[in-house]
Amino acid sequence: MRGTSTAPMSLVLLLVGLAGLVMGTAVGSQGWEAWWTAGQDPVMAQIVMDIRLPRSLGAWLGGALLGLAGAVAQGLFRNPLADPYLLGSASGASLGLSLCLSLFGGSVLATQWLPRLGMTAAAFLGAVLAVVLTLMLARGVQQTLRLLLAGVVVGVVLGALASLVALLEPRVLQAMQGFMLGSTSFVGWTSCALMALALLLTLAVSWALSPVLDALTLGEPTALSLGLPLAQARLWLVAAMALATAAAVAQMGLIAFVGLAAPHAVRSLLRCTHAGLLWLSALMGGTLLLLADVLARWTLAPQDLPVGVLTAVLGGFYLLWRMKPAAGGRA
Amino acid sequence: MSQALQAQGLVVTLGGREVLHGIDLMLQAGRWTAVVGPNGAGKSTLLKALAGLLPSEGRILWQGLALQDIPRRARALQLSWLGQGEPAALDLRVLDVVMLGRLPHQGWWPAPGPADHAMVEAALQATQAWDWRERTLGELSGGERQRVLLARALAGNAPLMLMDEPLANLDPPHQVDWLEQVHCLKAQGTTVVSVLHEIGMALHADDVVVMDAGTVVHHGPCDQPATRQAIEAVFAGRIRIVRADGQWVVLPRIG
Repeated sequence: MRGTSTAPMSLVLLLVGLAGLVMGTAVGSQGWEAWWTAGQDPVMAQIVMDIRLPRSLGAWLGGALLGLAGAVAQGLFRNPLADPYLLGSASGASLGLSLCLSLFGGSVLATQWLPRLGMTAAAFLGAVLAVVLTLMLARGVQQTLRLLLAGVVVGVVLGALASLVALLEPRVLQAMQGFMLGSTSFVGWTSCALMALALLLTLAVSWALSPVLDALTLGEPTALSLGLPLAQARLWLVAAMALATAAAVAQMGLIAFVGLAAPHAVRSLLRCTHAGLLWLSALMGGTLLLLADVLARWTLAPQDLPVGVLTAVLGGFYLLWRMKPAAGGRA
Repeated sequence: MSQALQAQGLVVTLGGREVLHGIDLMLQAGRWTAVVGPNGAGKSTLLKALAGLLPSEGRILWQGLALQDIPRRARALQLSWLGQGEPAALDLRVLDVVMLGRLPHQGWWPAPGPADHAMVEAALQATQAWDWRERTLGELSGGERQRVLLARALAGNAPLMLMDEPLANLDPPHQVDWLEQVHCLKAQGTTVVSVLHEIGMALHADDVVVMDAGTVVHHGPCDQPATRQAIEAVFAGRIRIVRADGQWVVLPRIG
């Protein structure tokens, strides 16, 4: 394998993630609780197995999807500030969700199936359709700048439409607030299975195309001269990024900064090719979101702090701290 | 001497403006051709078009085959490209950057073999960059990065090498090293085409293509007086090419 060995860092991140998973099963409404009594207490066993474990695992999977999508976005757009929501997927998911809530949110039927299936599907569809719209406006993936601009336009317009729908129906506004802040509260085993499948798929695609991301760091003409199929590779990478983001957003709402910060955190610890960076960003994103989720549940227990708020605050401070050395040298 | 690279009626339009106006060119195998001319003459555009990196009208032939008919990977094996002001992959190690030059030689998933490692080491030794192999490009100066990027192009080991301003950021001793490198490439039968702003260095080439306003105004061997006259003419007589110490040097014509 090319590049610096990524095995030690992978091992550390996996171990920290595992520790986070154990901690995640131990944080409940009373703060730290003795989960090891679950063997004797069937209620506790159910709480651990059906609520805390899928939620913690879901936080790791969602974070991994966002970390991976962030690393793909930053490589593809050759911009360290690129994040997974760049192509309008966040606004698309918001619009999908607000429309769904507006159309079905008040019915009796809706309370049964919407929270589990309909809302997730609407957010997922909204995110994917927003990326498709961005691609149509940019007339494909050939021109990175046009793609970025189209993403910004789609993000702003769909975001405004989502706000408009929410304003017209106050009950939608309230439900949307939880989505906008991001939360792992509703993540169950089904969500975990969906996110795991999305992670496997997107990781395989982006990892296979990692040499293209490496070559793109030397500019498009050089990447082309190396005989790489840039147009097809870009399309697959955008698809992987969109799927990873949509899968995470649909299950957990808008989690801020994980996708942006995870690749930066990896780069600050290790310099490697994209094959390593993509994998490690996924591990880092998973670890960060899982630890943030544990913190969000524990800090104000029995209150649940929306994890998106915590990632925004912590991620913001982290990036500010990362900017510090840039003042004296290179960014 | 056989023909290596040929352009027939080459027209390039960028942003709705025609930049190259029907260029006909015939470059011979195993020779070094320097492309010179004032800013905006279309030198870099010509080189990019010859590399098949820009959409163009007309025909480009490599060893008698139309360039667009050669499959992408096969073309990459034949042609090595060093661009002007390539963005530096600051986070990548020098070794990883140079190994990218071996991508066309590897399968769909790059797994460098002993030949790839040997070629990368040889390229880094040739550009005297081997000692920095574990450093990232972000830790190198502009000139050092340029030597690494040159090594990346050399690692491709292609029979045609196109270089756009390869001397940018290089200090005079390393410019001389580059010159020696080109002579080594020629000795191996490589055809070298380079865009150069350093006219004195360009006059060490076998042939010079002189460009102005999107056309080729002269193409001939360096040792012909007509070549030097054409160069002086496209720079509006603001330079003078004189013989000193057994080589041609360029002096500014002031006043």
